[in-house]
Amino acid sequence: MRFSLREPPAQRVDLKPLVPQTLAGKTVAEIERIEVGTTRVRLTAGDVFRVHKGDPATILIEGGSARFDRVGFGLSEGSIRVEGEAGVQAGRLMSGGRLTIGGTAGPFAGSGMKGGTLAIEGDAGERLGGPLSGETVGMSGGLIHVRGAAGERAGDRLRRGIILIEGRAGAYAGSRMIAGTLAIGGEAGELPGYLMGRGTILIGRGATLLSPTFADCGEHDLVAARLLAAYIAKASAKLARLFRRPLRRLAGDMAALGKGEILLPRP
Amino acid sequence: MRELNANGVAIDDTFAEAFDMRATAIVITAPTARWAAQAAETMTGFATSVIACGCEAAIERALSPRETPDGRPGVRVLMFAVSTAELQKQLQNRVGQCVLTSPGSACYAGLDAGDDRLKLGDAIRFFGDGWQIAKRLGARRYWRVPVMDGEFVCESTTWLTKKAVGGGNLIVMGESPAKTLAATEAAVKAMREVADVIMPFPGGIARSGSKVGSKYKGASASTNDRYCPTLKGAVDSALTAEIASVLEIVIDGLTSEVVGEAMRAGLAAIVEMGSEKGASRVGAGNYGGKLGRHHYHLKDLVR
Repeated sequence: MRFSLREPPAQRVDLKPLVPQTLAGKTVAEIERIEVGTTRVRLTAGDVFRVHKGDPATILIEGGSARFDRVGFGLSEGSIRVEGEAGVQAGRLMSGGRLTIGGTAGPFAGSGMKGGTLAIEGDAGERLGGPLSGETVGMSGGLIHVRGAAGERAGDRLRRGIILIEGRAGAYAGSRMIAGTLAIGGEAGELPGYLMGRGTILIGRGATLLSPTFADCGEHDLVAARLLAAYIAKASAKLARLFRRPLRRLAGDMAALGKGEILLPRP
Repeated sequence: MRELNANGVAIDDTFAEAFDMRATAIVITAPTARWAAQAAETMTGFATSVIACGCEAAIERALSPRETPDGRPGVRVLMFAVSTAELQKQLQNRVGQCVLTSPGSACYAGLDAGDDRLKLGDAIRFFGDGWQIAKRLGARRYWRVPVMDGEFVCESTTWLTKKAVGGGNLIVMGESPAKTLAATEAAVKAMREVADVIMPFPGGIARSGSKVGSKYKGASASTNDRYCPTLKGAVDSALTAEIASVLEIVIDGLTSEVVGEAMRAGLAAIVEMGSEKGASRVGAGNYGGKLGRHHYHLKDLVR
């Protein structure tokens, strides 16, 4: 099923209803009547998109916008592809299926995700996979793959699952991580792994500032890193290669539980 | 009794009687094939018979780096026991004492599905004394236990199958110990090409086949006197005058089909060698068909 953008929306648009499980069994006319506005001015899917009949399990959104919020919210099966940018909370609470953002995604992409795959072909905003205010746990399963860079606090409170960032990451990457795996191909900003309890952060090109609360445990050839490399090889050959290098292991954050690790591949 | 004769080898009109068993499989890897094999051999060294070892286990086959989860050389080990509880106990004791301790080793599930799960790393992880780390990748979960040469990586669980069969067998008889051993070795070699089976005795061969019971209290099994060549004049022997040596191959498989397939492959190898160089007669062990529900008739397997 295709949704072609008519013109850039005049208000932020909540695309939460446009997921396969909600659209299944609906006619084009019914879909066009779904409200997607976020202001007092009423806005429907038909106002924003030309809706083309097709299989609702495979959704293509032609034309993106930084105002497209909550695209793929709660996606549980099927696939959604946005050919362009996305706004906040793309793929929030996803539990299955595949969401692809062809451009840049806003803050909280993959927030609280439980399963499935979120692929962002551009950059990701801050708090990638992270929890919203008041939530105690961020992403708890699935895979996020960012081809570009990610903003601050990528993987905040990550509980389980894998976040792959091919480019740079902002400050506090993997902050308060509970467990899971965060891999950064480029450089990380200040204090990666800030207050992490468990989990693994791989950083390809070091960090602007590493916390002194991480203890250097020396360089190792880790079997677990080979397993990780094999698991992510299909998604990112570049990051898989980093996992196969000798890895300097920094244990921490000793200011918290201290059972996590930052892995620094030998240059 | 003897009806069939192929290439000079008489095939007894009898059948092997085998039993339902619980089985599991694990994959052991190491930095080199030699050390993967070493860990597996240590783990399966005293695992010839459930009579006194608690389980029957052996290396099923060597795995190339492409076939293992971590891309290192490995081996696949099959383990059989009479109950789930015993299998669990044997698995964790043997992995804990023989694989965990072996340099550079790692251990993974060797079955992708089954009837139930057995603890693997979940039973060993406590060795980490709190420093162990779990890593979940998709549906699989691994434990990383710090050890003195790095980390012991061990998958949290492996699968158990209740469809396994233990006790498939061939009794190989020849005119001399050398000829009998040559034929039996050839049979074991052919059987090792069959997937999902093991021959748990030394080199796949048992020379002390047993019967149920004993004249002595407390012994559940004793020598199979009817097949002992040195007693052939003294007991109700199953052996004819020309037989000077008897060896047995016991086969355990993950399914009944593979046990039959292995017996077929072994018989073919014995027949191919012929009585000039190898065995002059092949039989099989059974208990009258009353104890085990799996019967493998030699006449069906040799045709």
